[in-house]
Amino acid sequence: MRMTYFTKFLFVAVLFVGGSVLARESEPSSDEPQKDLKTEIKEYIIHHLQDSHDFSLTSYTNDAGEHVYIGAPLPVILWDNGLQVFASSKFHHGEALAEVGGNYYALHHGKIYKTDAQGTINYDAAHHPTNAQPLDFSITKSVVMILITALLMFWLFSSLAKSYAKNGGVPTGMGRFFEPIVLYIRDDIARPNIGESKYKKYMPYLLTIFFFIWFLNIFGLTPLGVNVTGNIAVTLALALITFFLTNFTGTKDYWKHLFDPLGDTMPWYAKVPLYIILVPIELLGLIIKPFSLLIRLYANMQAGHIVLGSLIGLMFIFKSWLGSTMSFGLAFAISLIEVLVALLQAYIFTMLSALYFGFASAEHDHDHGHEEEPELMHL
Amino acid sequence: MEKLLNEFSIGLFFWQTLLFILLLLLLRKFAWKPILDAVNEREDGIKNALAAAEDAKKEMQNVTADSEKLLKEARAEREAMLKEAREIKDKLIADSKEQAKVEGDKMIQQAQAAIESEKKAAVADIKNQVADLSVAIAEKVIKEQLSNKDKQLKLVEDMLGDIELN
Repeated sequence: MRMTYFTKFLFVAVLFVGGSVLARESEPSSDEPQKDLKTEIKEYIIHHLQDSHDFSLTSYTNDAGEHVYIGAPLPVILWDNGLQVFASSKFHHGEALAEVGGNYYALHHGKIYKTDAQGTINYDAAHHPTNAQPLDFSITKSVVMILITALLMFWLFSSLAKSYAKNGGVPTGMGRFFEPIVLYIRDDIARPNIGESKYKKYMPYLLTIFFFIWFLNIFGLTPLGVNVTGNIAVTLALALITFFLTNFTGTKDYWKHLFDPLGDTMPWYAKVPLYIILVPIELLGLIIKPFSLLIRLYANMQAGHIVLGSLIGLMFIFKSWLGSTMSFGLAFAISLIEVLVALLQAYIFTMLSALYFGFASAEHDHDHGHEEEPELMHL
Repeated sequence: MEKLLNEFSIGLFFWQTLLFILLLLLLRKFAWKPILDAVNEREDGIKNALAAAEDAKKEMQNVTADSEKLLKEARAEREAMLKEAREIKDKLIADSKEQAKVEGDKMIQQAQAAIESEKKAAVADIKNQVADLSVAIAEKVIKEQLSNKDKQLKLVEDMLGDIELN
């Protein structure tokens, strides 16, 4: 039978979402076997959102009641009075203590704690472990995904660059797909927001950040399901780079505007009382801008994963052909929306970064006042 | 907020920053610069080609205008030449007509003069001949009349009669 594009697409989509389901479905907890399904699903979603020291694809409990994980261990790198490097397989997915160089380490809810030989973990009143935490520079699942994305991007775009050189500036193959995006970032994000004379300096960063976030968002939607851009450490790192780039490339006018937002519009003795309020607001805006970037990306991706995970979880709660089918349909629809959100969040991050760069690198005409700008500055 | 802080992992932050900056630097050198350069070069090429086409079009228009002008001039020149020729022709015809007329008149006059003189000569000749003939006739008549005496007398009588009458 002839398959139309639509049925093919549906087929792939079913595999896609189905894969996620398989990956999520089978992790019954071994510690407390009496947990009800809802709590289990909730814990599973939370677990999924967190970074992990293993690259586990799936796991199941075999006939003998043993937990079998399918995946690869990753290197654990700790700084604890010296560098400690060992494979994460030593933890047996949190079920065992790792003994390295006379120290004992335990994996508890994705974090590594230093323990005694028995693996005792002491809790405070709020049920937080009080054990010492060594500095953890492990190559976690997220780091692996970042590395994979970086390699993919490097391979993709350097081969694109080579194909330009080979074909005399005409894109071929993948270039036909990526070139319009590159041009869009240049012509509709960088140029209008930063300005014709200075946009070139920021182009490499804008392009890199756009594709980096987009690719990682998309990877988060695959059955591998690694929630990298929904991790606060990652978004903080990205937002900080935007922050530093904004302020290091800021022009004299930008700094003058920060500390003297009213300019020459009034005498100094009139400005002093105003500036007691205005300058702290301006300085706060400096911090709020990257903070909004990091929270926006983090929250959007996190929320998408939670919603998707919950809808998939619903399938196992309903356990009826109607309810499960409906939540499957819903999960499928949300997956499609998440594909859009993946692109949208990358676009917003890039767009706002470009906007901030534009503010920082703008050279004002001193003839005009700055009246309309303070509002824009706090976007 | 506490959840956020709890989730924050310094290790991941470190790796993310390191890898991202590395990626940024590598891509800038090996990907974005060549790609953007190639795109710019291509766009400049297109712009130049368009400008060149525009120039060529303008030049073409100039050439067309020039040739149009030349054609007009040639046409005007031809017109002028034709007009001149026509004028010359007319003048020539008029001139020759005039000349022919003058010549004709002259010839007619000459012919008339010749005719007149011929006529005069002929009249004179005739007169002479008539005179001669008259004389001859008169001679003969007189000879006849004077041949006998009767006749001579009669003549004298007649003549005398005439004189009497006068």
